[in-house]
Amino acid sequence: MKGMHNKKNLGEWLVTIPPLGWLFIFFMIPTIIAITIAFRPSSPYGDIEAGWTLENFIMLFSPTYITIIWRTIWISFISTIICLFFALPTGYYMARLSQKWRQIILLLIIVPFWTNFLIRIFAWKIILNPEGILQYILISLGIISKNTMMLYRTETVILVTVYTYLPFAILPIFAAAEKFNFKLLEAAQDLGASRWESFSRIFLPNISKGLKVATFMVMIPCLGSYIIPDLVGGTNSEMIGNLIATQAFIARNIPMAAAWATVLMAMILFPMGLVISTKLLSRKMAE
Amino acid sequence: MKCRNGFSKYITIAVLIFFYLPMVIMTINSFNNSRYGVEWSGFTLAWYKQLITDPKILYTLMNSLIIGISAMVTSMVIGTLAAFAIHHYKSRIQIFHQALIFTQLGVPDILMGMSLLLFFIAIHLRLGLITIYIAHVTFCISYVSMVVLGRLQNFDFKIIEAAKDLGADWYVITRRIFLPLISPGIIAGGLLAFTLSIDDFVITFFVTGPGSSTLPIYIYSMMKHGSPAVLNALSVLFLVVTFTLVYCSQRLIAPKKTR
Repeated sequence: MKGMHNKKNLGEWLVTIPPLGWLFIFFMIPTIIAITIAFRPSSPYGDIEAGWTLENFIMLFSPTYITIIWRTIWISFISTIICLFFALPTGYYMARLSQKWRQIILLLIIVPFWTNFLIRIFAWKIILNPEGILQYILISLGIISKNTMMLYRTETVILVTVYTYLPFAILPIFAAAEKFNFKLLEAAQDLGASRWESFSRIFLPNISKGLKVATFMVMIPCLGSYIIPDLVGGTNSEMIGNLIATQAFIARNIPMAAAWATVLMAMILFPMGLVISTKLLSRKMAE
Repeated sequence: MKCRNGFSKYITIAVLIFFYLPMVIMTINSFNNSRYGVEWSGFTLAWYKQLITDPKILYTLMNSLIIGISAMVTSMVIGTLAAFAIHHYKSRIQIFHQALIFTQLGVPDILMGMSLLLFFIAIHLRLGLITIYIAHVTFCISYVSMVVLGRLQNFDFKIIEAAKDLGADWYVITRRIFLPLISPGIIAGGLLAFTLSIDDFVITFFVTGPGSSTLPIYIYSMMKHGSPAVLNALSVLFLVVTFTLVYCSQRLIAPKKTR
C-alpha cells in the first residue's frame, strides 16, 4: 500500500516538475526580482545600488504621474465598455444564426487577427494619416477642418484599442450565448415580460460568465498597453506601459521602471485576486 | 423579436466592416504609386519588388520561424504535462501550479518582458535567440495548458480504467488511448502558441539582442523609419498567407466533420 502511494507521488512529480519548474524559474523568480528591484535606490546613471528605499514609489505620487495612472485606468475602462457594447449584440446575433453562417462569421472575426498585431495598428496609421483617404473624405464632407489631426490623440488610442481587442470580447460572449437556450426568451415574453426585461433579466445573467471573461480579456491587456499609445497616441495619451518602456530604455532608470511595473501588476492582480477569492468564498458558503 | 435581431444584425455588419475596412484600404494602397494614397496615381508592383529584395525581411522571418516552431513544440509538451498534472492530481501543489498559470495569463506583456530582462541580466545570460525562446515558451505554456485542460475536462477517464482492466500497460495507455483522444486539444494549443510567438512584439522587444531581431521587431523599425508603402505590401502578403492557411486547415478539418 505504501509502495503504491510512493509510486503515485513519483508519477505526480514527474509530470509536475517540468511545467511548474519552468514557470517557477522563468516567471515567478523574474517577477520577484522585478519587485525587489523596485525597492532599490538608483544611482544618477540609473544603476541599481545597495540598500533599500521607498523613494521610487514616493516619486510615483507626483501630479504628472497620478495623471498618467488615471488616464491608464479610464482609457482601459472606456475601451472595455465600447468593446462590450459592440460584442454583446454581435455575440447574440451570431448565436442565433444557422450553423453554417455562424462558422463563416466566426472565421471572418478570427482571421484578420491572425495577421500581425503591429500591422493592424499600422493600417490605422495609414487611414488616419493627414494625407490619407479618411481625412480627405471628412474634409470634403465638412465634418472636420483641414487642421484637424486625427492621429496622435487619446481618442485614436481608444479607437485602435477597440479595433485590436474587440474579437477577444466577442468570442467569449458568443461562446456563452451559443449555450443559451433562446426559447427561454420567448417563454418570458409569453409570460408578459417586455423585450428589454427578458433580455436584461434572462439573457444577460445567463451569459454573465462570458461577459466577465470578455471584460478581463479586454481590460487586462489595455491596462498594460504600450504599443498602441506609442504608435498612434500623442504626448497627452501616454499610459503606464509607456512610462515603463521610457524608464527602462531611454532614462535607463531600472529601479523606477521596476516600481512602475510593480504598480501595474498590483492594479491588475489585486482586482483579479479579489474576484477569484470572493468566488471561492461564496462557493464555500454554499457548501 | 424581429426588431432586436435587426439591431444586432446591423451591429454585427458594422463590426465586420470595421474589421475589414483597414485591410481593404491597405491592399489597394499596396498597388498605389503614391506613398500615402490620397489619390490613385497608377498601378505599381514597385513596393512588392522592394519588399522581396530586402534581405532583412527574410532573415528576420527565419528568426521568427525558428523561435515560433521551437517554442511551439516545447510549450506543447510542457503545457500538456501541466494540464494533465492539474487535472489528474488534486494535491496542494497543483493548486499552486494552477494559480501560477492563471497569474501568468493575467500579467501584461510589458511586465513579463521587463522582469525577464532583469532576470536575464541578473544571471548573465546573453540576450539573443535563446532568451527570446525562453520568454516565448514561458508565455505559451499557460495558453497550451488552458486549451488542453478544456479538452481533459470532457475526457472520460473510465476508458483508461477499462484499458487497465484489460491489461494495457502505462506506455500503451498513453500512446494508444490518451494521446490520440486529447491530441486535438494539444494541436489547437500548439497552433495558438505558434501564432502568439510569431505575433509577439512587446516581450521580444525587451529580451532581444543584437542580430536576433524577429519579424515583428523589424516591422516596428520599418513603421518608425521605413516606407509605409512597403509595409502595405508586407501586410497584404501576411493577409494572403493567413487566409491560405485558414482555408487549407478548414479543408483538412471539413471531411472529418462529415464523417
